[in-house]
Amino acid sequence: MAEIIANEGGGKKKGKKRPKKHSTSIDMTPMVDLMCLLLTFFMLTTAFSKPKVMEIVLPDPPKINDPTPPKIPGWRTVNIIMDGKDKIYYYVGIADPTHPPIPVLIETDYSKDGIRKILLNRNKNLFKQMEDLNSEVTKGKLNISRDSLTKRLRELKSKDAVGPIVLIKATDKAKYKNVVDIIDEMAITNVARYAIVDLNLFEKKLLKKKKRELGINDSDK
Amino acid sequence: MAKIKLPVRSPRIDMTPMVDLFALLLTFFMLTTTFRPQEPVNVDTPSSISDKLNPTSNVMTLLISKDDKVYFNLDNGKDSSKHIRIEVLENVGKQYKLKFTPEQLSKFEKMASFGMPITKMGDWIDTKDEKVRHELEKNGIPMDSTDNQLAMWILFARKANPDAEAVIKGDQEADFKVVKKIMDIVQAAKINKFNLITNLEKVEVKLENK
Repeated sequence: MAEIIANEGGGKKKGKKRPKKHSTSIDMTPMVDLMCLLLTFFMLTTAFSKPKVMEIVLPDPPKINDPTPPKIPGWRTVNIIMDGKDKIYYYVGIADPTHPPIPVLIETDYSKDGIRKILLNRNKNLFKQMEDLNSEVTKGKLNISRDSLTKRLRELKSKDAVGPIVLIKATDKAKYKNVVDIIDEMAITNVARYAIVDLNLFEKKLLKKKKRELGINDSDK
Repeated sequence: MAKIKLPVRSPRIDMTPMVDLFALLLTFFMLTTTFRPQEPVNVDTPSSISDKLNPTSNVMTLLISKDDKVYFNLDNGKDSSKHIRIEVLENVGKQYKLKFTPEQLSKFEKMASFGMPITKMGDWIDTKDEKVRHELEKNGIPMDSTDNQLAMWILFARKANPDAEAVIKGDQEADFKVVKKIMDIVQAAKINKFNLITNLEKVEVKLENK
């Protein structure tokens, strides 16, 4: 006991009173842990890309005292019929049993060599005009703002008098994806006029006949 | 033989650069984050070339699941002091002679998509168990012609917030028949413009020179 006291006393007497030297580095592990956790949390909960939307505007549902709708020239109409199992058919003209010739359904598909090629071929005129305008702007030949570009594109679309009028018809078996694909195809091929309509009875008959020809069993789901 | 002595190294690593990096990333994520809204079902949206952004406020979202169930969501609009969600719930509840407590209403305001018959709404708000909530939601909002609750929701949402836009978030595999039916219901509320949520997909198209 005495020794310890003596020792302490001696220590005090000897050197100068010096503050204890602390290490300058702090243990950062807990901080890193916490940061790791927060980082993972934010990375997982964040919705990175904002969802994109496709806009469609449907016409008002017809009212009882509406005037009869304007006649559409038959040679411009392209009818696209979507069935289940990603099957798609199209025909040109108007299917009316009282006005022969009765059009023939042609089977095609959703690929770029299918329906897109058909629409693009029929919409060549407008597509070319819009393409030209777009490329002039991107090349810098024509200096107009984005707004006026979209305005001019819209003008071109509304002036179009030879391009197809596409009637999109979906059977009950069609999937939502099919319809979105077709509307998207309209945007890709710059078709100016299109509408979503219901199949009429005669078209249902035509479709049935076509499917029988192709040997597709209608009853299976 | 003499033992080979490996030089003793300190086991400590300097973590400062790592912490720096983490701090940077963390700040980035914290600033850019917009929380992914909770949805009762996973929806795999189809893709399109459209690059228009989804409107962030004044929307009513119709979620259509793979098995054709419908879920509904609406936001409080640009000015959240209007408490649009509360107003809509009260009005729809009145139609079915249901009353909600103030606690239920304020809790409902903070929640997201829902899909159950209105009679089960109270249970859905009160429950804390995620499983029970999921069970309540498995049938979506009824929309058959005898009891069209979806039309009711849309009508009152439209009334409370006339600027609300219709956003449809449908699954690829959903039947178009159902989507069409929903679109008809929305159109009955005098909304003709639809925003269909899609994934962005780039497509190159060239006209063949002939």
